[in-house]
Amino acid sequence: MTDQAVASEVGRARPRKEDARLITGQTNWTDNISVNGMLHLAILRSPMAHARIERVDVSPALERPGVVAAFSGRDLDGLGSLPCAWPVTEDIVLPDHPPIALDEVRHAGDPVAVVVARDRYAAADALEAIEVDYEPLPPVLDLEAALAEGSPLVHSDKGTNRSYVWPLKTGEDFDSVRRRAEVTVKRRYVHQRLIPNAMEPRAVVVTPLAASGEYTLYSSTQIPHILRIMMAVVTGIPEHKLRVIAPDVGGGFGSKLQVYGEEAIALAVARRVGRPVKWTESRSEGYLATHHGRGMIQDVEIAAMRDGRLLGLKVDLLTDMGAYLMLVTPGIPILGAFMYPAIYKMDSYDFTCTGVFTTRTPTDAYRGAGRPEATYAIERIMDELAAEVDLDPVELRRRNWIRHEEFPYTTIAGLTYDSGNYEAATGKAIALFEYDKLRAEQADRNARGDTVRLGIGVSTYTEMCGLAPSRVLGDLRYAAGGWEAATIRMLPTGKVEVVTGTSPHGQGHVTSWSQIAADVLGVPFEDVEVVHGDTKAAPQGMDTYGSRSLVVGGAAVHHAAQKVVAKARKIAAHLLEASEQDLDFADGVFSVKGSPEARKTIQEVAFETFTSHDLPDGMEPTINAEHLVDPDNFSYPHGTHLCAVEVDTETGRTKIRSYVCVDDVGRVVNPMIVEGQVHGGLAQGIAQALFEEAVYDEEGNLVTGTMADYLVPSAADLPEFVTERTETPATSNPLGVKGVGEAGTIASTPAVVNAIVDALRPLGVHDVRMPCTPERVWRAVREARS
Amino acid sequence: MIPPAFEYARPASVDEAVRTLAEAGEEAKVLAGGQSLLPLLRLRLAFPELVVDVGRVPELRGVREDGDTLVIGAMTTHHDVVTDPLVRRHAGLLAAATATVADPAVRHRGTLGGSLAHADPAGDLPAVILALGGELVAQGPRGRRTIAADDFFVDYLQSALEPDELLVEVRLPKADGWGFHYEKFHPVAQSWATVGVAALVRRDDGHIAEARIGLTNMGATPLRATAAEAALTGAGDTGSVTRAVESAAEGTRPAQDTAASPEYREHLARVLTRRAVLAAAGMG
Repeated sequence: MTDQAVASEVGRARPRKEDARLITGQTNWTDNISVNGMLHLAILRSPMAHARIERVDVSPALERPGVVAAFSGRDLDGLGSLPCAWPVTEDIVLPDHPPIALDEVRHAGDPVAVVVARDRYAAADALEAIEVDYEPLPPVLDLEAALAEGSPLVHSDKGTNRSYVWPLKTGEDFDSVRRRAEVTVKRRYVHQRLIPNAMEPRAVVVTPLAASGEYTLYSSTQIPHILRIMMAVVTGIPEHKLRVIAPDVGGGFGSKLQVYGEEAIALAVARRVGRPVKWTESRSEGYLATHHGRGMIQDVEIAAMRDGRLLGLKVDLLTDMGAYLMLVTPGIPILGAFMYPAIYKMDSYDFTCTGVFTTRTPTDAYRGAGRPEATYAIERIMDELAAEVDLDPVELRRRNWIRHEEFPYTTIAGLTYDSGNYEAATGKAIALFEYDKLRAEQADRNARGDTVRLGIGVSTYTEMCGLAPSRVLGDLRYAAGGWEAATIRMLPTGKVEVVTGTSPHGQGHVTSWSQIAADVLGVPFEDVEVVHGDTKAAPQGMDTYGSRSLVVGGAAVHHAAQKVVAKARKIAAHLLEASEQDLDFADGVFSVKGSPEARKTIQEVAFETFTSHDLPDGMEPTINAEHLVDPDNFSYPHGTHLCAVEVDTETGRTKIRSYVCVDDVGRVVNPMIVEGQVHGGLAQGIAQALFEEAVYDEEGNLVTGTMADYLVPSAADLPEFVTERTETPATSNPLGVKGVGEAGTIASTPAVVNAIVDALRPLGVHDVRMPCTPERVWRAVREARS
Repeated sequence: MIPPAFEYARPASVDEAVRTLAEAGEEAKVLAGGQSLLPLLRLRLAFPELVVDVGRVPELRGVREDGDTLVIGAMTTHHDVVTDPLVRRHAGLLAAATATVADPAVRHRGTLGGSLAHADPAGDLPAVILALGGELVAQGPRGRRTIAADDFFVDYLQSALEPDELLVEVRLPKADGWGFHYEKFHPVAQSWATVGVAALVRRDDGHIAEARIGLTNMGATPLRATAAEAALTGAGDTGSVTRAVESAAEGTRPAQDTAASPEYREHLARVLTRRAVLAAAGMG
């Protein structure tokens, strides 16, 4: 490989290879799959948040036209509990989670019975015939009340609603820094529950081969490899008899980083009836049955000196697990635990997280997963501290952040940030934003008493990505590793297949991986195809989540391609009758130093390897290569986001006037894909700040049960984004990449809320609860004035 | 999102549609653009035995003049209303408000008549038709009858149409020379109005001679802000308009829902009425 070759594909804004078929839908979405004899599964779900099941009678459903079978939870016994792979403490309370409820339902939407019928309509109609008697039990909804003595219990056999307490105390004792602090600020922040809303709803197809006991499970999942292992455990189907395929998957945002009951149910039902079955959720069904995100109360205290220098941070979390611990539910806030100190230097950090059961849909990973919560808390309270010590919020950050010459830097939370340049990103953002000009306009509006106030919000975020060093995961009691695999297959005609263990669901891996492989191998971008998402075709992998795919999986592709070149070099040297050391390799061509006419292309070598007529003695007849990467460290993207809002104090309406972000995601493989990731991330982070909330009533029913009530913003609700970058390469991987999937979501939420509070601070407002709806803003202004 | 089973009829004429409805009794539902009925079916909130699709009845579409009256066929789509030159000239308020309905896909499917017959107080067009003093023409087995907009919206999702009647056209007195503005406040672009205000203002010598104000989503039906209308008569500047609209929420009974509390909706009604009237009167 030469540097010249690298420059040709990596860094190029290639339009995505996969878009034509994804955008037109002319492709293999799970719900598009149709198999001979396929039956359709429909699921009866609990209409109540909490109840004892006195009786389930599925027999009337069997009388309905087109119905083939119907099952209650008891009928499908033999299914194991759905797994939690991240029991974060030794004494964690980890309740059973049957795929179909047996004795008790614990959230609205908990499955109670299933019907299989010859078409979707017959299945849906037959659900209405199933008879269920419920004995209502009290819902558990408030996180603090749930922990109080005498609270009703979500899992009565466990004797508590507290799942775990996870502490992390580092540096000087917090009480001690509090005593020597000149300023302390304490705030409570609340993260509402969010519904992930992937564009493609979940869907599952199972095809059984009765004679051999083999099963193929198609699922709209982010994690075909992990799913295969877990389904083998849950259903008892031997792992080698189970093939899992994630066909084209239309988004996930963490919601398809899950092992779902419906996947186990479909396997069990297909085994029972001996026919293929399909289940596709409706959007409103998904709102109840697909895991939610966030749901957290944060008590945050920061201690500092008058000049703004930070001394320490104390964080106490109550996090809403929902009714059960799903795949990584308890670990989500722990992923955030290391990020509260963010980019700042301090002497003391005191963190505690308490996981609480409630009678709501379980929570789990949602874009950012723990890190948006952390970034929100620290970036919000930094603004409060800035106001308290009368410093510009950017200046307060500057006084405390890790300077670029201090990297690598081990933070108070124990992470070692390999690289970064907060000065550069912030400087660029300030200039693009016209910070001083907006501050002047703000002062002018405040002086005039304008009913429309201007506010400026800043967020200087970082995140830990590239999940993850396996040893660290082991220390955190996570049940799997964090490595990733890639194989390069050189086909006889010179074309290339890249087999990856990552599982793209909208990220454009096919394009980016092609760019990486094309550069190392010196083959045309168009000659590379990427194989993924099928445990038979891509047998090894840890799948896609946590901004890991490029950092770990992309690096694996790079290394595997280098191995191919090394093998090909041996054969080329043999064919050219030269020594390996005497060969140059550039743009896919091996040539003998000093006599460039003596050359072999890597494609020619691939064909010679296929015929194997004339290989070096003892050489294995392949130049294909595999490589697995287990990263040494996380990667640490960072950046500075600046948001200007106009807040109409009469109506409470917030309008984002301008938004500038300068992200440092390291080296960029495809700028267009990075830009798309940033745009989508910003939209989702802004949505938490302004629009989205899963609202429950006091009975525990989801009130925002459709997209008419759960407000996902569209382009019309969002401003023009100004997206720029600085490039400080990561030192922890050969590509210098850091990951970009979650950056926008992590950074933008506090930038927007900081801007709103900044606009209203002269009126006496210090916080607005998310989402900052017009009514909430209006009430905050009214209360501050009275 | 799987609708329950229903029978389907697609009449080719108004007469055939009315006959079909009369034969079906109370268990039939008319399908216009489908923007309200289909979600209700898919969420299994409506269980009609028969759906009568009037989408292929040509006589229900289009805009024409009838002297001082503008006549709009019930099945005229929102998109066609927004772009129709006659509507823009004689009922600019309707064109402006219709342009705020949902998104382009909905506006190409949804119809004026369907929106009015659905009688959702959160819909934009009922309040607009009230403010414009429109009339709605229904055809049933007993012939045609004309219903004043004031009498058409009976209760939440309930119009004055009988089960065997079809809304065939909307008649609007031409509002030439009136200033107009529709002020819509909604949480995201595609959602229903939290509150909307449809204002029509006739000015005389720099003062408001007459104001007609329709309120969206301030009760079980669209409402007129009659107290504010009266108070606005004679107002000639921002100050007098601001005082007059203090009564904009009088007589309303707004709902509590995830979008807003009644108290906040009343506050919004006052603020938005001021803005709508000032804009309509060219005083903004």
